[in-house]
Amino acid sequence: MSAPKRAGQHTIQFANPPVVVATASVVGPKEGEGPLGQTFDMVIDDSYFGEETWEKAERKMLEEAVKLVIAKAQLKSQDIDFLLAGDLLNQTISASYAARALNIPFLGLYGACSTMYEGMALAAMLIDGGFAHHVVAACSSHYNTAERQYRFPTEQGVQRPPTAQWTVTGAGAVLMAPVGNGPRLTHATIGRVLDVGIKDPTDMGSAMAPAAVDTIARHFQDTGRTPFDYDLIITGDLGRVGHEIATKLLGEQKYDVARNYSDCGILIYDHERQDTHAGGSGCACSAVVFAGHLMGKLNEGHYKRILGVGTGALLSTTATQQGESIPGIGHGVVIEKLG
Amino acid sequence: MADSKQPGPPKKPLTLTEQVLQQKQTYDQQAYQRLADSVKPRHNVLVNAFNAFWVGGSIAALAQIITLIFIANGVNIRDAATAATIIMIFLGALLTGLGIYDEIGKVAGAGSIIPITGFANSIVAPAMEYKREGFVFGVAARMFNIAGPVLVYGFIVAVLVGLIAYFLQ
Repeated sequence: MSAPKRAGQHTIQFANPPVVVATASVVGPKEGEGPLGQTFDMVIDDSYFGEETWEKAERKMLEEAVKLVIAKAQLKSQDIDFLLAGDLLNQTISASYAARALNIPFLGLYGACSTMYEGMALAAMLIDGGFAHHVVAACSSHYNTAERQYRFPTEQGVQRPPTAQWTVTGAGAVLMAPVGNGPRLTHATIGRVLDVGIKDPTDMGSAMAPAAVDTIARHFQDTGRTPFDYDLIITGDLGRVGHEIATKLLGEQKYDVARNYSDCGILIYDHERQDTHAGGSGCACSAVVFAGHLMGKLNEGHYKRILGVGTGALLSTTATQQGESIPGIGHGVVIEKLG
Repeated sequence: MADSKQPGPPKKPLTLTEQVLQQKQTYDQQAYQRLADSVKPRHNVLVNAFNAFWVGGSIAALAQIITLIFIANGVNIRDAATAATIIMIFLGALLTGLGIYDEIGKVAGAGSIIPITGFANSIVAPAMEYKREGFVFGVAARMFNIAGPVLVYGFIVAVLVGLIAYFLQ
């Protein structure tokens, strides 16, 4: 007996595809100077955002993004039924502390850098299931908070390997509702945790690429679609290395994505100018690129249908130090401008 | 009823299928690692070595100049070397505080990690970073996060060398 709102083995097909009513993005100075700088709603000019610590700055960005998305949809915070949010810090403090200030029923998420897509998929399920009218999915990351948690103090004189990625400073929020103007979320393919034995935490693109490929391939099998049915297939933060591997792996499975496959981690920074090595990463990477650039292109009609895959490396410093390899995950979501 | 609960499955030798699966997994992981390696960009070893050489060499040359200045002013060699070391540690700490040392490290790599200035950097950087967690559990507790292992193994080697020297005498 199959569930009514499913397609194939692993894909959810929404009966009444929820509408992405509004999106909001807040980014740091480096992201503002990047190629997508014009697409973001707010660029902060100081990585402290007027706060004493970077952790507090990250939390404030997330708060601002959620407030902004609610304002853009011309709603009030009491109209929001659920806030689904997460971030990279231990015990997801950015999300919890932001929710403390926002006073909206809150479900905390952790999907590493795939959190935005995990949140959007769950928000769509809550809405299409009839459990909510308005749901906000949001997430944040901050270069400096991530560095101090995962790597070295920021003033430490170390050389980054060329496979390393730059954590995006920013926060993105997406507001969804059963009706309204805007593109709709028609399908979601939930990721499986895949581990291909990569142990180098400075090479997360390689660790995550197979999980993204697995989700994309399962999505095509479940829906009977091909890469040509999409204007754009975009992964979250595989970066240059992961993007190339994913292209090759999809090619091996006879999915030709050379024409329309890109990655948020590649788009957000200028590789020549910004010294970001393999590209951007972090929860905010896929979140702000979706909320800014992709949403803009969907509303303009430049893209009619895109498959976004949020990618996450589910590692921790403890697991890495104990010699564990890095598991990856990819959550796929189809956003379509209908009619 | 309680005795039906076993603490865990008894250890069985792997069946042939399990062995084959395990081998296949290892093989797949190796194949994937090769694919990833073929895609990964590499550091240019020659450029890196050259940068490490000239930056590290310049730091050492500067320390030597300071030593020679002390000697020229009548300080004995031993004290001159100590004074020069103290000045280099100060410079490393100062450049870290000004946010310059990490920029040097980006270019020089080991060239700026190995000299004593790099050691100063590895202590000052975490001390600055964790100030916000307080002076006890932040600055003091985490100051030796990176330098700690260097000190621990440095001391162990010093003790071993000392013991060997003692017994050889």
